[in-house]
Amino acid sequence: MSDDRAHDEQPAGRRETERVFREEYGRCVAALIRFLGDIDLAEEAVQDAFTVALEQWPQRGLPPNPGAWITTTARNRAVDRLRREASRQDRHRQAQQLIDATTATPEERAAEEGPVSDDRLRLLFTCCHPALAPAAQVALTLRLLGGLQTAEIARAFLVPEATMAQRLVRAKRKIKEAGIPYRVPREAELPDRLKGVLDTIYLVFNEGWNASAGEALVREELCAEALRLARVLVELMPDEPEAVGLLALLLLTHARRAARTRADGTLVLLPEQDRGRWDHAEIAEGQTLVRACLRRGAPGPYQVQAAVNAVHSDETLDQRRRWEQILALYDLQLRLAPTPVVALNRAVALAEVSGPDAGLAAIDALREPLAAYQPMHAARADLLRRLARIPEAADAYREALELTTNETERAFLESRLAELG
Amino acid sequence: MSATKMYLLSVHMVEGQEPPSAETMQTMYQDVDVFNKKLQADGAWVFAGGLLPADVATVVRTQPDGKVLTTDGPFAETKEHLGGFWVVKAADLDAALALAAAGSKACQGPVEVRPFQDDTAEL
Repeated sequence: MSDDRAHDEQPAGRRETERVFREEYGRCVAALIRFLGDIDLAEEAVQDAFTVALEQWPQRGLPPNPGAWITTTARNRAVDRLRREASRQDRHRQAQQLIDATTATPEERAAEEGPVSDDRLRLLFTCCHPALAPAAQVALTLRLLGGLQTAEIARAFLVPEATMAQRLVRAKRKIKEAGIPYRVPREAELPDRLKGVLDTIYLVFNEGWNASAGEALVREELCAEALRLARVLVELMPDEPEAVGLLALLLLTHARRAARTRADGTLVLLPEQDRGRWDHAEIAEGQTLVRACLRRGAPGPYQVQAAVNAVHSDETLDQRRRWEQILALYDLQLRLAPTPVVALNRAVALAEVSGPDAGLAAIDALREPLAAYQPMHAARADLLRRLARIPEAADAYREALELTTNETERAFLESRLAELG
Repeated sequence: MSATKMYLLSVHMVEGQEPPSAETMQTMYQDVDVFNKKLQADGAWVFAGGLLPADVATVVRTQPDGKVLTTDGPFAETKEHLGGFWVVKAADLDAALALAAAGSKACQGPVEVRPFQDDTAEL
């Protein structure tokens, strides 16, 4: 698909349109997909509408409700296009659907739409359907809800644009041909499916947060996009404590972005970070959300992770009290989700509360299940270093380095290894 | 939505795997029978069947010159072979996946869900 937005010559109008595009794209595409029953047609129609906007808005100014204007224009464009092409077999069914949609009574439409009037939620659940591969879920979510161009997504994931285009085409084809429904799952399926949506948003954030290669700008954009999606989800499902937990976790993590690397790009560990450089507005918002969801008494993995991060940024506690609370939170999470990774996090907290010996014993019990997990080796190396077991620490650093792909992290581990002498 | 799609729910057998005990087989047959009756009662049933092992299969191939070549054995040289299948009608993939989950439980094995082309004739 051509990107006509690039040809606009009026920078002011273009910037304004870009902003609307960013804010409204997901909502417009989601509405059009429901109307047209087809993702490609919906994208085409919304792109068309933004092209019209670029022609008209610089002269006439923004309409009062730009999002509604785009949706209406896109709908009219799609209807025109389908009328022109109605004789073609593949478009015939879609034309019929449009006629059906326009003749349905408001009651019929309300019944079809269900209790949730914002189509973005449907779209989010469709993009994150478990029948799609996780990489495809992430790509589709960024494309359809975030309005990112295929090239941007490809850059963020360090794959050739053609590969990413192929991945998107295949995912969209599967949605259509396998009959993945365009709706919010029923009550019984909702917990599992919501977890899939949360995991996808978290994956988008992590990709931006952890990738060391690639352009800094694209990576920051991924983090911002994940935050935006988490906000949309909380706005649409305010009663889901895990959704609130995810938003809080992302805010509390994102708040530390300016403090986590030095000017030369090297990594600063949490205890050594300059707390003055944290984003205190995001911390305050994250902490308020953590308190709100803990009051509901329905803890889940994202809420516990968020609570751990809220404790890390709690200025009223000293270091020791912080680690005691974090250990208690990991005990809780271990009961909720007894996985080796959670056990590793708990072991790290245990080392801070009861000493490196105790932490190391707990980690050693995890060496087999986490043999391929870099953070296990890095944490083990650190504890061995603190216990002055130098040769073993050196071996553990080397094992960690072998599994490290992130350049910032590599530099950090190498410097620690060198300091061992 | 009243439109329905047809899906193939297939069960794959791995060659050389130890066959289940007679008792397990008995439970399996019973459970599959119950599942089949439910499919029929719910109007999801199109067709279903279990296959004999792939070593009794024969492949027939028309050559470019029009002659027919007949060979012993299954088409694919893999360890996994189609062991049985259901053809069902379902509103969408989620409905088909729910049927597949029940089928998988009944036959105690993984079930692959594959949509038919839209113009597939219904029996």
